[in-house]
Amino acid sequence: MSHAMTREELDRAASAELSKIAGLGRVPGPKDRLAFPVQDMPCQDPAVRRGNMSEVAEGYTESQARLEAARCLNCRNRPCVAGCPVGVDIPGFVTKVAEGDFSGAAAVIKRTNLLPSICGRVCPQEKQCQAGCTLGKSLGGVERAVQIGRLERFVADRDRACGLCDTPVATSPSGKRVAIVGSGPAGLTCAADLRREGHEVVVYEAFQKTGGVMVYGIPEFRLPKELVRLESETLENLGVRFELNFLVGRTRPLKALIEKDGFDAVFVGTGAGLPKFMNIPGENLVGVFSANEYLTRANLMRAYDRARADTPIYPSRRVAVLGGGNVAMDSARMALRLGAEEVHILYRRGREELPARVEEVGHAMEEGVIFDLLASPSKVVASDDGRVGGLEVVDYELGAPDASGRRSPVAKKGSEHFVPFDTVIVAIGNESNPLLSRTTPELKVDRHGHILVDEKQKTSIDRIYAGGDIVLGAATVILAMGEGRRAAAAINEVLQ
Amino acid sequence: MNRVVSRSQLSAEVFRLEVEAALVARERKAGQFVIVQVDADYGERIPLTIADANPEAGTVTLIFQTVGASTHKLALKEPGDSIVLLGPLGNPTHIEKFGWAVCVGGGIGLAPLHPIVQALKAAGNRITVISGARNKDLLIMQDEMTALADEHIVTTDDGSAGRKALVTEPLKELCQKNPMPDIVVAIGPPVMMKFCAETTRPFGVKTLVSLNTIMIDGTGMCGGCRVSVGGETKFVCVDGPEFDGHQVDWAGMMDRLRSYKKLEEEAHEKCHLEMEADRLAAGQAAQAAPGAAGKGGRA
Repeated sequence: MSHAMTREELDRAASAELSKIAGLGRVPGPKDRLAFPVQDMPCQDPAVRRGNMSEVAEGYTESQARLEAARCLNCRNRPCVAGCPVGVDIPGFVTKVAEGDFSGAAAVIKRTNLLPSICGRVCPQEKQCQAGCTLGKSLGGVERAVQIGRLERFVADRDRACGLCDTPVATSPSGKRVAIVGSGPAGLTCAADLRREGHEVVVYEAFQKTGGVMVYGIPEFRLPKELVRLESETLENLGVRFELNFLVGRTRPLKALIEKDGFDAVFVGTGAGLPKFMNIPGENLVGVFSANEYLTRANLMRAYDRARADTPIYPSRRVAVLGGGNVAMDSARMALRLGAEEVHILYRRGREELPARVEEVGHAMEEGVIFDLLASPSKVVASDDGRVGGLEVVDYELGAPDASGRRSPVAKKGSEHFVPFDTVIVAIGNESNPLLSRTTPELKVDRHGHILVDEKQKTSIDRIYAGGDIVLGAATVILAMGEGRRAAAAINEVLQ
Repeated sequence: MNRVVSRSQLSAEVFRLEVEAALVARERKAGQFVIVQVDADYGERIPLTIADANPEAGTVTLIFQTVGASTHKLALKEPGDSIVLLGPLGNPTHIEKFGWAVCVGGGIGLAPLHPIVQALKAAGNRITVISGARNKDLLIMQDEMTALADEHIVTTDDGSAGRKALVTEPLKELCQKNPMPDIVVAIGPPVMMKFCAETTRPFGVKTLVSLNTIMIDGTGMCGGCRVSVGGETKFVCVDGPEFDGHQVDWAGMMDRLRSYKKLEEEAHEKCHLEMEADRLAAGQAAQAAPGAAGKGGRA
């Protein structure tokens, strides 16, 4: 982690390195490139940032970006492109960055990725584009791969003024109309791709703001809301219409959009739904929150801005977060920023098994989140005032690997012990939201309630498509975008 | 945004707003609710039941009590102002011809009860309405209820209108009749609904209650509204808002409702202090410039 060096220091080091490269008097060869240092992401000092909402990662400087891009070997087999769910021409844009042609780099990315400032920040690159990187493999670790995500973010931030407006829109209207249900990553991507073909596009959003999980779930310190707002604004400039505070399935039945409102197709991207709970005693006590509720209060409703926001946030001193994914990290780090004195993450398995991104785990640890690994609660214990007073915690050990190859946690008998907490945040995932399927009986769902689609994202109802978490279960922003994009392609084909 | 068409004050802390919401007015059914916000940036999301709707005019009527800063701000909205409104949410009341339906409304609960009484009446049920409140001033929608009900019993805690009794007293008497009521619907403060359920339990009369828990999104995402019903955790926004009153864990539900009670009261108190300060400031300004005297009057 990079907090040891400030952004200025990192920049000076990168500039010095770039001068040395220029001094070579020749194009660097693969051996030179292997020796260029990996560029760390400049970050706010952990002791400072745990007290503010500003973005943790500050972004590469120009010198850092150019040096990092110069590390790319431009290998022939391009494993990075294969690892990207939307197939961005990664070597293409990285080469432009190395050349200092940043708007050229942006143009390359935008041929395939419409939301690079967001993907550059929240994609799990270490499991996708960077996982197969030839350079990383040569240097013996994915952490030494070309830092593609950081470069993507640099390019997108640099090119902010342009945003999605580079997206060409068909000059003549197609005369066709498409409704998008939900304005999260799947819906926004789908909307952009449909609008490009000249269709009239209306996006329906239940909340008062567009962006879905990008505004209610992912915190400001990881993804500034201004970025999400700008992306929606760009779509509006392209002619996409947003209808906020509109719950399809209640404000208007899903099928009425096609049968009565004159839409030629509908894309459903309503996202994840009902939060899961542990089903342990005491879970409905005051002071137990789903991560969805906790983060929505803090992010969408801006409860952190106590002077201005009307939505209250529970006053917490000792917080337990249950779960080990990215949402658990977000919740724990948010709790610190909201003034908690001590925040613990309880996870049944070990550090190696934490499903969260390594970077997020690292950030949480730097900020002082305490990891109680191989531990899980069996009961929420009430205090004298009937609110959360603590957890009865059971210790675990890792047993034999299960069918998936993961070693399954086994509770240690007699290890129950009490740990005092006043707040418990449950971050163990979501079930699907039953609202659309209950109000649209013809819409086929699997036993988990996820909408069933074919390989073109089409549902059991003609002209209704679906994608993102409502189909996949809890997934990532980029996978949702990939599904939105595939659905748009299918709809564009049908509407030709 | 949705425009406020009319506003009136029904009692010291109870207000009525008629708001433009054409689609909600058309789609809503008895038992459903909406979520409103006074502003999209910092406003709280407040669940409110729909007291009435006019599909022709494209408006819905909201009746609410000021309990915190958000409802206080909502009460200050004037015709022409805009609010954020989402709905209709929740499952509609299951309406059929039960036979004899006893509908109990306590205080502000008379507002959400009204469309249910309308629907039950339209389905051919014989209707007894029990209206209850602390005192005469807090009884609302009395003309509407009298017009709809076959029998209308009024109770107040202080005897300033109708019988000096709690609603459970006439409810028990009705349950002792032969035949008994076929269904009871009780809407009001949680403690009233709890005791209505306890009153009917020995008689085995099915008793529906409508829960108004803390909510954020109102669409199933946050789980803040969860309540234990028959030992299972249910979400009021997607599984309710109506439940079998005999199955609800009332103690747990009331605890959860009080999660932010202190913050809520402080915020409301602050609103009133600010209002008072404005009034005093306006009074001083009026003294300094007599021409502006009319301005201080409203607050």
